[in-house]
Amino acid sequence: MQYSQKHLLGIKDLSKEDILAVLNAADSFKVYTQRDIKKVPTLRGRTIINMFFEPSTRTRTSFEIAGKRMSADVINIAGSSSSIVKGETLIDTVKNLEAMNCDILIIRHNEAGAAELAARYLKNPVINAGDGYHEHPTQALLDLMTIRDHKQTLEGLKVTIVGDIAHSRVARSNIYAMRTLGMDVSVVGPPTMIPVDIEKMGVKVFYNLEKGIQEADVIMMLRIQMERQNKTFFPTLREYSNLFGLNLEKLKKAKKDVLILHPGPVNRGVEISPDVINGPHSVILNQVTNGVAIRMALMYLLLGLNDETVN
Amino acid sequence: MNPVILNSQQISRAISRIAHEIVEKNSGCDGLALVGIRTRGVPFAKRLQAKIKSIENVTLQLGILDITLYRDDMKTGRSHPEIGSTEIPFPIEKTKIVLCDDVLFTGRTIRAAIDELMDFGRPAGVQLATLIDRGHRELPIRPDYVGKNIPTNKSQRIEVKLKEEDGEDQVVLVDNPQ
Repeated sequence: MQYSQKHLLGIKDLSKEDILAVLNAADSFKVYTQRDIKKVPTLRGRTIINMFFEPSTRTRTSFEIAGKRMSADVINIAGSSSSIVKGETLIDTVKNLEAMNCDILIIRHNEAGAAELAARYLKNPVINAGDGYHEHPTQALLDLMTIRDHKQTLEGLKVTIVGDIAHSRVARSNIYAMRTLGMDVSVVGPPTMIPVDIEKMGVKVFYNLEKGIQEADVIMMLRIQMERQNKTFFPTLREYSNLFGLNLEKLKKAKKDVLILHPGPVNRGVEISPDVINGPHSVILNQVTNGVAIRMALMYLLLGLNDETVN
Repeated sequence: MNPVILNSQQISRAISRIAHEIVEKNSGCDGLALVGIRTRGVPFAKRLQAKIKSIENVTLQLGILDITLYRDDMKTGRSHPEIGSTEIPFPIEKTKIVLCDDVLFTGRTIRAAIDELMDFGRPAGVQLATLIDRGHRELPIRPDYVGKNIPTNKSQRIEVKLKEEDGEDQVVLVDNPQ
């Protein structure tokens, strides 16, 4: 199974084979991340630029660790300290970075399509680390890896995604990926946070949390994105938490072996209660661990190996 | 027809001899372990393990190396081999390691294998066993145990088939069409 794409801009572009190629490679890389010496020389001499125009702990660190474990040189650029604040356009910025011969550009941006725009002007691979409300493909891949770790399979599983579906790039990437892999996806949230026509993506809609999670093998809780709530989509946080927050009481309605994911950062006590976060169903920290393996696998696949048969 | 260099019986005799040589050179099996390099170094190592067991009645520890990530020929835009797992289930500190591979050619695979091995610790020594040595070394690496030396042309290919991977035991010399 081979990854056939030059970049990773969104899950929408990927076939089932592409997705499974990344997941399978990541399984192998995970073994290396558990050794005493976690560094392999595979990308020695390569330069990876990690350009983040939005705050991030997990994703930025995860890409940096992944690159460093593969022996690449990783440069971090924060949007707020780059020449963008002097008025340089995104296109000029990425072309200048390419002029310094970077091998992979990782970009997170608050505008949808930023990674795609960068890719149009670059010869080298681009990885989308989240663009606006559009996609967050590496998050979906690490979510799938975590689900497969625990359920051994993906096809046919029932997944319920809960929260602000309309403003969630994590939800969008996951829905594309899960539908491509033949999984059954439902979304739950207040009507103001469910996009019109989302059924066209092949998902079921519930406006009631208990109903939505009854059949689920996996529940994915989304963060209420305070920083994106210029308009309010629900009257109060407390009301949202009462209706759509997951706690032990509501969890009783779900299957005994249900898996709970959250892309982080968590608003404790808002969308998910602390006892659920720390409870036996939660695999939130496994997601973070797998994130490094997924990103190592992607760097490996995007830069490729010369496949000469050497005895 | 491509010439058969070793048939099943000859492979078996070669492995038998190498097993004896390993035991002789190391004066027994103390502190000795075998490590096979994926793919066909692994069945080769397992056969050596079985043979040494029948000679000395000792089962040597056996490890597996996948050197894909340690190769020196990363290129952009080419296909990428799938990565198998590396399994070294024993401490290699103070252990004498016999690396096992089916064919020794440029020596670059062995360089990568030694590098990976060192990431697990400091072995007391590393020796090299190969079923076929076909020459054309590009690095200063030499085998300690050889099944058969076969002078080859650089464009030719040595095809080692082992029952565990390919359903039959055979070594053939293949002329590349170009």
